[in-house]
Amino acid sequence: MNWQLMWDSLPTLLSGLPLTVQLVALAEVLGLGVAMGTALMRLSTSRIADAVARAYVFVFRGTPLLVQIFLIYYGLGQFPVIRESVLWVFLREPYWCAVLALMLNTGAYTSEIIRGAILSVPHGQMEAARACGMSRFLMFRRIVAPIAVRQALPAYGNEVILMVKASSLASTITLLEITGLARRLIAQTYAVFEIFILAGAIYLALNFLITRLIRFAEWRLTPYLRARA
Amino acid sequence: MLELLSFGDRGWGDQLLMGAAMTVAVSVSAFLLGLVFGAAGAAAKLGGNLLLAGLAEVYTTVIRGVPELLVIYLLFFGGSGMVMAVARVFGYDGYVEVNAFTIGVVAVGLISGAYSTEVIRGAVQAVPHGQIEAAKACGMGRWLILRRVLVPQTLRFALPGLGNVWQLTLKDTSLISVTALAEIMRMAHVAAGSTREPFLFYATAAVLYLILTSVSTAVFERAERHAMRGVRRA
Repeated sequence: MNWQLMWDSLPTLLSGLPLTVQLVALAEVLGLGVAMGTALMRLSTSRIADAVARAYVFVFRGTPLLVQIFLIYYGLGQFPVIRESVLWVFLREPYWCAVLALMLNTGAYTSEIIRGAILSVPHGQMEAARACGMSRFLMFRRIVAPIAVRQALPAYGNEVILMVKASSLASTITLLEITGLARRLIAQTYAVFEIFILAGAIYLALNFLITRLIRFAEWRLTPYLRARA
Repeated sequence: MLELLSFGDRGWGDQLLMGAAMTVAVSVSAFLLGLVFGAAGAAAKLGGNLLLAGLAEVYTTVIRGVPELLVIYLLFFGGSGMVMAVARVFGYDGYVEVNAFTIGVVAVGLISGAYSTEVIRGAVQAVPHGQIEAAKACGMGRWLILRRVLVPQTLRFALPGLGNVWQLTLKDTSLISVTALAEIMRMAHVAAGSTREPFLFYATAAVLYLILTSVSTAVFERAERHAMRGVRRA
């Protein structure tokens, strides 16, 4: 084990951290919107909306993320229609292709989490809200959403961690986030173990931080479960 | 355009099918290897030996917290070196090359095993303790309890979780394409490069994966129904 080399490569690898965090954060924020829409489509009474959402979730959960990334990055650019459209400004950048793929991927998984959480809200509570004369939106805001969020949080935390790991695939389309930088450093130094252990440690630390943050959010959202001091 | 997918010399159909067969071969081998790791990991976590339990905890935490791609790269670039280092201990100084299939199976097996460990541990703990006590009271030995009481029920409890692990394992094998093993992704990549039709071939790869995941969902559903046949429904 070459400690000096590990110490020297640390700043380089850490310089990839902002990109990793950016990819994950953007994908999660945008993906949450996609997931919300998909979950509502799955729960709506419209057969067509349900079928569309079901097909989207089936395709994105049933194929590896690598296929999705390659399909978007290499595949879409093949069509002149897309190359000549406004979309090309985004789709020619590997950065936005990675964000798009991660967003659609996490959207599919998260929509199922949200759907399950909404279905877990006790029916009696919704009936009570309706009996109080709440409108659909007010009921969603005051009754359904708070209960569903608590229910979804642990599973959502797992999904965020999966996304942190999935963001490493962005290195396959030339992005230099932590994994991409690690691969380049190995090509330069041939120190396979040192570099990969270091990169792995950075990911572990990041994931540890995220689990703590989710735990904290859970603790904040469930004051009634805490023993009174 | 679709003739590019035909079989024979003009199309890539047979290559893609061979790729699918390779994906299945790697996935099945890695999943089985993962079950071995998982059983060992679960035994270590539940066995009561603090050192072994700690090691198993490190194994599952590290593998589940680090990107799969990183594990695969580590074994791909460092695997031969590791094997050679072990060989040197036993007095062999030559060059050892580990083939891509073995590296893929070991890498994905390690990842699969970390998830299997948790599934199997949970399943073992789900077996009611009273049953073990009853078995002991009947005078069964440790092995007999394991074989007649613990394993049959653990398998039943673990089946849904193992189904998820299988789907993860199947999709993780796509990452082995970085080691140039000729599975679905690799074949699609080569075909896309030589025909300049990336969309067609990656879409075909996606369809192949969808077929594989749908078939395995159906198989696991049947297996679950079979395993639950003795359970009374409420």
